[in-house]
Amino acid sequence: MTKQQANWSPYDNNGGSCVAIAGADYCVIAADTRMSTGYNILTREYSKICKLADKCVMASSGFQADVKALQKQLAARHLIYQHQHNKQMSCPAMAQLLSNTLYYKRFFPYYSFNVLGGLDNEGKGCVFTYDAVGSYEKVGYSSQGSGSTLITPFLDNQLKSPSPLLLSVQDAVTPLVEAEAIDLVKTVFASASERDIYTGDKIEIVVVNATGIRREYMELRKD
Amino acid sequence: MFRNQYDTDVTTWSPAGRLFQVEYAMEAVKQGSAAIGLRSKTHIVLGCVNKANSELSSHQKKIFKVDDHIGVAIAGLTADGRVLSRYMRNECINYSFTYESPLPVGRLVVQLADKAQVCTQRSWKRPYGVGLLVAGLDESGAHLYYNCPSGNYFEYQAFAIGSRSQAAKTYLERRFENFADSSRDDLVKDALMAIRETLQGETLKSSICTVAVVGVGEPFHILDLETVQQMIDAFEIVGEQEGPAAEPDAAAAADQGGSTEEGVAPMDI
Repeated sequence: MTKQQANWSPYDNNGGSCVAIAGADYCVIAADTRMSTGYNILTREYSKICKLADKCVMASSGFQADVKALQKQLAARHLIYQHQHNKQMSCPAMAQLLSNTLYYKRFFPYYSFNVLGGLDNEGKGCVFTYDAVGSYEKVGYSSQGSGSTLITPFLDNQLKSPSPLLLSVQDAVTPLVEAEAIDLVKTVFASASERDIYTGDKIEIVVVNATGIRREYMELRKD
Repeated sequence: MFRNQYDTDVTTWSPAGRLFQVEYAMEAVKQGSAAIGLRSKTHIVLGCVNKANSELSSHQKKIFKVDDHIGVAIAGLTADGRVLSRYMRNECINYSFTYESPLPVGRLVVQLADKAQVCTQRSWKRPYGVGLLVAGLDESGAHLYYNCPSGNYFEYQAFAIGSRSQAAKTYLERRFENFADSSRDDLVKDALMAIRETLQGETLKSSICTVAVVGVGEPFHILDLETVQQMIDAFEIVGEQEGPAAEPDAAAAADQGGSTEEGVAPMDI
């Protein structure tokens, strides 16, 4: 008598890739806008990026229904925080909240692979990278999603310091200027969409800096 | 004469059919410092007097933002008011989460009233000792409600609660017919004038009052001190001419204390 397997899964993978890069006074968060299921495209214009607070933006790839539910949860918790503290949540605070929210569902996880980007209380760029159950780390750059295996090695080559002895992980903020970081992001997505079938259509790039949050788009391969 | 026999707990009726504990809770509202509210078709203004215990202490927060489209001013036990504000904020957040749209004010005040009623029918509870002026905007327009400790709620064009509120009510009664078509700024000026009526001669300054506005295209927010001071300065000159009108209001305020000794239960207003 073999063990019965489930004939229905509560999860689906809608594909897509996300990237975030932290700079000295800015943070770039980008994601493609393609939403797929299996070998089909559901839409070419879906945003995976969500503004959680004034200086804090999250990009998530994975199962978009879970992503949407997660975004709503965080938005509601942020509202409560604002009522109680009379101010917006800082990026590191939101990072901890996201981790706790994900671990809360440790035994029926949000199928959501997140990168959180923004400015910390001193105005320095910060990026936090997560797994599906809330394990997180502050890093200088990160990539998640279907294209991450293609993107991460390239970012490592361009941004990673040669040795942790030279530059400690805490100060892992790229020496790049904002325009260079945006250019790097565009290059990286263009490469990923060449070989990853789930990445393509358009990139949505969100830049957080002292003046606020701005958005730009770039076309990608539609195939 | 028999008041003291039937007022021990909230679940005891008096022979006259009154719940004295609930009426005592309404008294607590009258002891709090004044809060006023008035509305036009598109805006609602809430105002309150900030009474600090001493010169050394800060004043209590009496106006709370509940959501972008709803705010509340309280009078009475401010601790009870804080707890109810937290409840209202939670209700708004939960409704928005489920329905992706703002909670209609009328629904919120009913929930609040039902919550207050529970405390009038449980022997192990006491009524909330706070009156709430709920200002909110929804699809059906601008609304101002008053929620009492008894669990009743009423909709108003303009109202005042707390100590010396009769003076403000008299002022509002004279002017309320014009409020529906008032501009936002005129509404704020009327609110400040009404607050001034409750001060009985004390100079109106932005440090002793708080004003908040919510309206079409304007999420609920508390006006900052400079804006309020500017508006006070703008009409203070006109205010001096109205000086003699303050005296008849002092006589009206004395009536407030006498009403609970009469036969009519205050809950049936």
